[in-house]
Amino acid sequence: MAKVTIDGQTVEVPDGTTILQAARMIGGDVAPPTMCYHSKLKTSGGYCRTCIVKVSKGSDKDPRPMPKLVASCRTTVMDGMEVQNNTSPEVVDARKGVVEFLLINHPLDCPVCDQAGECHLQDLGYKNGGEGTRFDFERRTFERKDIGDKIQLHMNRCILCYRCVKTADQICDGRVHGVMNRGDVSEISTYIEKAIDNDFSGNMIDVCPVGALTDKTFRFKSRVWFTKPMDAHRDCKKCSGKVTLWEKGDEVLRVTGRKDQWGEVEEWICNDCRFDHKKITDWVIEGPRKIDHKSVISQNHYMKLAQPHYKKLDK
Amino acid sequence: MGKKLLIHNDKVPGIHTLEVYRQHGGYASVEKALKTMSPEAIVEEVKKSGLRGRGGAGFPTGMKWSFLAKPEGVARYLVCNADESEPGTFKDRYLMEKIPHALVEGMITSSFALGAKTSYIYIRGEYFYVARILEAAIAEAYAAGFLGKNILGTGYDLDLYVQVGAGAYICGEETALLESLEGKRGNPRIKPPFPAIAGLYGCPTVVNNVETIAAVVPIINMGGEEYAKIGIGRSTGTKLISASGHINKPGVYEIELGLPVEEFIYSDEYCGGIWKNKKMKACIPGGSSVPILPTELLLKTAAGEPRLMSYESLSDGGFATGSMLGSGGFIVFDEDTNIAENLYTFTRFYHHESCGQCSPCREGTGWMEKIAHRIVHGHGKASDIDLLWDIQKRIEGNTICPLGDAAAWPVASAIRHFRAEFEAMIPKTELAH
Ligand SMILES: Cc1cc2nc3c(=O)[nH]c(=O)nc-3n(C[C@H](O)[C@H](O)[C@H](O)COP(=O)(O)O)c2cc1C
Ligand code: SF4
Ligand code: SF4
Ligand code: SF4
Ligand code: FES
Repeated sequence: MAKVTIDGQTVEVPDGTTILQAARMIGGDVAPPTMCYHSKLKTSGGYCRTCIVKVSKGSDKDPRPMPKLVASCRTTVMDGMEVQNNTSPEVVDARKGVVEFLLINHPLDCPVCDQAGECHLQDLGYKNGGEGTRFDFERRTFERKDIGDKIQLHMNRCILCYRCVKTADQICDGRVHGVMNRGDVSEISTYIEKAIDNDFSGNMIDVCPVGALTDKTFRFKSRVWFTKPMDAHRDCKKCSGKVTLWEKGDEVLRVTGRKDQWGEVEEWICNDCRFDHKKITDWVIEGPRKIDHKSVISQNHYMKLAQPHYKKLDK
Repeated sequence: MGKKLLIHNDKVPGIHTLEVYRQHGGYASVEKALKTMSPEAIVEEVKKSGLRGRGGAGFPTGMKWSFLAKPEGVARYLVCNADESEPGTFKDRYLMEKIPHALVEGMITSSFALGAKTSYIYIRGEYFYVARILEAAIAEAYAAGFLGKNILGTGYDLDLYVQVGAGAYICGEETALLESLEGKRGNPRIKPPFPAIAGLYGCPTVVNNVETIAAVVPIINMGGEEYAKIGIGRSTGTKLISASGHINKPGVYEIELGLPVEEFIYSDEYCGGIWKNKKMKACIPGGSSVPILPTELLLKTAAGEPRLMSYESLSDGGFATGSMLGSGGFIVFDEDTNIAENLYTFTRFYHHESCGQCSPCREGTGWMEKIAHRIVHGHGKASDIDLLWDIQKRIEGNTICPLGDAAAWPVASAIRHFRAEFEAMIPKTELAH
């Protein structure tokens, strides 16, 4: 076991725990924001740099601070380690810088983006970003691409978090490659299309933290916050069959995996459940899905914003 | 004349052949090491020599070797980094092209010391003709019994391969190199684990620069202690310097570490002074990634001491008034050079070479290039210089690999020392705002 103190709060965690996992155990604001780490994907994290923290004391054995800010999702704790997240102005400023970098070429077409309302980049920008932009050049653009008949790739919105690449790599077979080109013209590659014949490719939509990979069967059907998330299950031979249904009235507009409080999928679901079972009668409804309060699609917001509207529609 | 240990025979006709190389004492280190020394004793000699990595970071080679994990039954690898893509650096090419056996010999002796049975030379794509030269030398070494099974009857087996990259600067970063060598996209790995624990194919691996490995040959021949007497302080031995830019005699020079910078630039034995009887304005002493220094700070430290060609002296004063020896890519600029234009070229380079894995480098390098482009084309904004400063600051230290820092430092130092030149390129109408 190792004792680690983050923003003044101490927890004891098993050896090998990352700073991020330890911070999540403490919970609340102590947990750094993440974009590329995903608890169910091996070797995820390290890319986006939003989770950077300052290690002001390395360990009891070697109390020296770490010379640079570190990615909390890829750094393991040591006994006696002290970490600063929100309490370090250096971290707050550097993170603001990362958010700015993530946004300079981002289209910010939220009004027409299916991810709006459940977008990690929106949350991140809102909470950790600065105001306005200092980038006054033309933004980078790519063509939209279909990845099979069910998934659409808007490369313009991609933040290259590599989550879909790891998903394709780790839970789909037949993948050839994930990223083409390099630097700021890197692209999630069309070779990934080869993963589409696969029963689990739809999970790439769920792991995408932004609106780069979206469900074509849900395209423009509704703003997320006008839909009602319900946990449901069915007997499925391929996956656990445990899903979240996004309903509008009696209609199931979309089926996704269940996401935890950090927005990360709990269990992978198969394409059968996701794309081919869109009748309420296909499912055993368990009850409303709890969504973290900071999100626009949370129950609270949903009650306040959407319910009166629904009542009228439902009649 | 300073001592030369690496390229003293570069002008000997036929030195690229095994026969002539042998006539000049070649492969003596292999005979000595394999027949009379234990691997541990070789590592010990390298430690005593004080040799530091010649690839840029200057990490003590003996220490790096002693960190190599040695789990039972697991292969270990030595990989030679011949990617040499840092702008201003071309010394490894010279060495490999002229005296390929010096690298092959160093690889054999070093592989034996590390217990590697398979070793690789990873060479940049644009050096394909050098790869052919190395392959010819390796074939000769196999035929003469210096490579392959039971080398010189000692029971030691070693296979040595040359792998040509596709010409990406990032593949010089050691973990990107290993990915590329494994046949994958050349993305730097997230560390830890370090290559000494899990490198090539997940096995313990040492990655060393060409010149570092070649330096093992004289170290074994003369002994670590003798080698350590050359040079100054913790900068022991000789160093190859790639001298380029506005000097009379650009080229590759072998110097004893500790040579005064002024002597290196102005003596006829080396750069032969600034071309066209001009004055020097600035110099980048260690390859494009290290900070540029104005002449005053290059020749003398902030404390007024003469600056020497050594790891310590060139970095004296930190980044505020110093720079780094880096890979020894010594680029000299005369008084007519426009520093902002030069910086624009560098920002283009780093933007083009970023692998794109992490956000600050992927996005920041492109942004810096756009701003530098606008400034040198006369469309700069009054706020651009501060913006450039801010961007580089937010890249530095916040990335997966040091390419982010390498992209940030030239920007920071150019603005730090030559801000007025940038300001002069911003339109007057802009400044009035
Ligand atoms: C972007 C980047 C490019 C690099 N390119 C080279 C190179 O071309 N040759 C080299 O020897 N080292 C290069 N390095 C340094 C290597 O990562 C590594 O430190 C070096 O090969 C170790 O060898 P040494 O200890 O013998 O110097 C580069 C590092 C970075 C971050
Ligand atoms: S991905 Fe997120 S931030 Fe980007 S346009 Fe869509 S909702 Fe907006
Ligand atoms: S498409 Fe989505 S999941 Fe894939 S790398 Fe881009 S942002 Fe990440
Ligand atoms: S710093 Fe640049 S080159 Fe290095 S991993 Fe990040 S994006 Fe790639
Ligand atoms: S979440 Fe840690 S670097 Fe992206």
